[in-house]
Amino acid sequence: MDETNIGLWGVPLAILAGAIRVSTPFIFVSLGEAITERSGRINLGLEGTLVFGAMTAYAVAVLTGSPWLGVLAAMAAGAVFGLIHGFICRFPRVNDIAIGIAMMQFGLGFAFFLGKPFIQPSAPKLPSIPLGNWSSYPQVQAALNINVLFFIGFALSLFLFWAFRNTRPGLILRVVGDSTDAARAMGINPDRVRLLATALGGSLAAVGGAYLSLYYPGSWNEGISSGQGLMAVALVIFARWNPIHCFLAALLFGGTGALGPALKSVGVTQGYYLFYAAPYVLTLAILIATSSPHRALSGAPGALSLTK
Amino acid sequence: MTVQANDPALSLNAGGGATFRPLLEWLARRAEPVVIGSAAILAGLMLFSLFILAIGKSPVALFQLMYTGGFGSWFSLQNSLSRAAPLLLTALCVALPARLGLVIIGGEGALVLGGVAAAAVAAPLTGFLPPYPALIVMAVASMIVGGIWIGAVGFLRHYRGVNETISSLLLAYIAIALMNQLVEGLLRDPASLNKPSTMPLPPGYMIGDIPGMDVHWGLVISIIACVGSWILIEMTSYGFAARMAGGNVRAAQIQGLPVGRLIVGFTAIAGTFAGLAGMLEVAAVQGSANGSIAAGYGYTGILVAFLARHNPLAIIPIAFLLGGLEASGGLIQRRMGLPDATVVALQGTLFIVILFCETFYGRFKVFNPDLWKRRT
Repeated sequence: MDETNIGLWGVPLAILAGAIRVSTPFIFVSLGEAITERSGRINLGLEGTLVFGAMTAYAVAVLTGSPWLGVLAAMAAGAVFGLIHGFICRFPRVNDIAIGIAMMQFGLGFAFFLGKPFIQPSAPKLPSIPLGNWSSYPQVQAALNINVLFFIGFALSLFLFWAFRNTRPGLILRVVGDSTDAARAMGINPDRVRLLATALGGSLAAVGGAYLSLYYPGSWNEGISSGQGLMAVALVIFARWNPIHCFLAALLFGGTGALGPALKSVGVTQGYYLFYAAPYVLTLAILIATSSPHRALSGAPGALSLTK
Repeated sequence: MTVQANDPALSLNAGGGATFRPLLEWLARRAEPVVIGSAAILAGLMLFSLFILAIGKSPVALFQLMYTGGFGSWFSLQNSLSRAAPLLLTALCVALPARLGLVIIGGEGALVLGGVAAAAVAAPLTGFLPPYPALIVMAVASMIVGGIWIGAVGFLRHYRGVNETISSLLLAYIAIALMNQLVEGLLRDPASLNKPSTMPLPPGYMIGDIPGMDVHWGLVISIIACVGSWILIEMTSYGFAARMAGGNVRAAQIQGLPVGRLIVGFTAIAGTFAGLAGMLEVAAVQGSANGSIAAGYGYTGILVAFLARHNPLAIIPIAFLLGGLEASGGLIQRRMGLPDATVVALQGTLFIVILFCETFYGRFKVFNPDLWKRRT
């Protein structure tokens, strides 16, 4: 049939579909990391949180039959990971970057350990909304079959953008992130704010993991994450700690990730792996172009050790 | 990560009469990392035992198997030593820049590209060069590529202000993509169907085993690299300058130290070690460059370096311990029915507890002779 063959139009369509499908975990992980970094701390362990969240969500969904309970359980587990990180980092002489790497190892190890029995059974998937029914092309329908979490992530990025500027907790978070001393002078306990911010960041990262195991690719195994949790750290810098930019950057990362497979599907196989590296090259290029040894990155929280 | 003041002159001045006091002070200062480190490992093992108890298995049996699988027999000892060899080099890739205050976590990238570089130069060379010169050229190629890769991280850090942790991580991903591209394309051996690889090294060109052992010469090279790095850091003026810059960049700059050159130089040396680890993987283990060389040695090396508190000599026993821990994974899986991720979970637990215990350094009077009561 001719109408199902859309030729080269398949490439932008596949990139769009890929951007939406692949970006959702990036959205949640980067929003979580944005909250944590806005409080002046960096959590490099979100990769472990993400994978542990993926395992928890999958296991709970298998056991209860409800994917949404799985997401909730993942959020709780992610919050615990964030609390551990936040608690340890409040002690002097403890390096938050190193603890992040340790938390990554810890999360991966326990996720694989506890998730071993759940590789076989299949879990119910998260629902998606078919927005493409107007089109007769199955490719368009498939591309516009969008998961609910994507919309939640979009709404969350708008909300966080507003909340950082206009709410009391948002203001407290930014004060703590910009100057520990100013926060103390205002009677705010910076350690407590950072603890909560890291816990919140962890629970959001775990939602990203839940999306991976419960929707796309929709299974639990040890190779479920391709480094989305680690990338989030770069993505947040790329997005300049702005939640709406985080959302857009996540779309961009998802889209460039889909570029290679999309081109391969129409016969362009040259440089397949180089396209895979495109988001990393892009982030590095932007970092190099915008960093300066004489000042912190614009928009960076002042107390963040990353930019000092 | 501050450097301990181990200056013997200090303790001599505080002597105060008793002849054994200098010795006692020297011991006290040396004992701090040993005591705190051991206590941390013990605490980590106990925490993990609680977890193992909670899932209804015996921690005693687990640790016995870990000992048997990692260190219990000549066979398992050799296995552990083989696994330690690449960890020594990738840990150096973290430890050397760390003495300058840089946290570089992308050694995996330099390792992978070092391996590809070694395989790439080997293909035309093995035709007319005898094994030893060919291996030396391969090693040099891998070290140059690795040195440039991590040296670039240091360069970007100092001259462009790009965060070294993030840039090294990004470069690691880029390096792995580059390796996949080269191994599947330009450098691919047409005979490797299922697992894309470069042309295999001819048998005579592989790095052999140490006589009487089932461990390749890479272990000896790696240990030499550790000792050399220790001498560089502790006994040369470059090392002193680097430690000073790591302690306080401003003070080092005011003293007129070439901080930029130190950073680029130390990161480049760190990269040569990781690149060399890649060459050893190719020339002593795999026989060609393929996806298997990105086995995560770069990431475990971070763990080793932090546990060794970035002391190149301490890296040697710790890499051996972690190598043994990883070597025992199979045995634990077979005998106790625990998942193979048990070892990773234990590593993660230990890592967190040990890093947490950094906070106890300098808090105990017993380790700081300056705070001892003066005898009159």
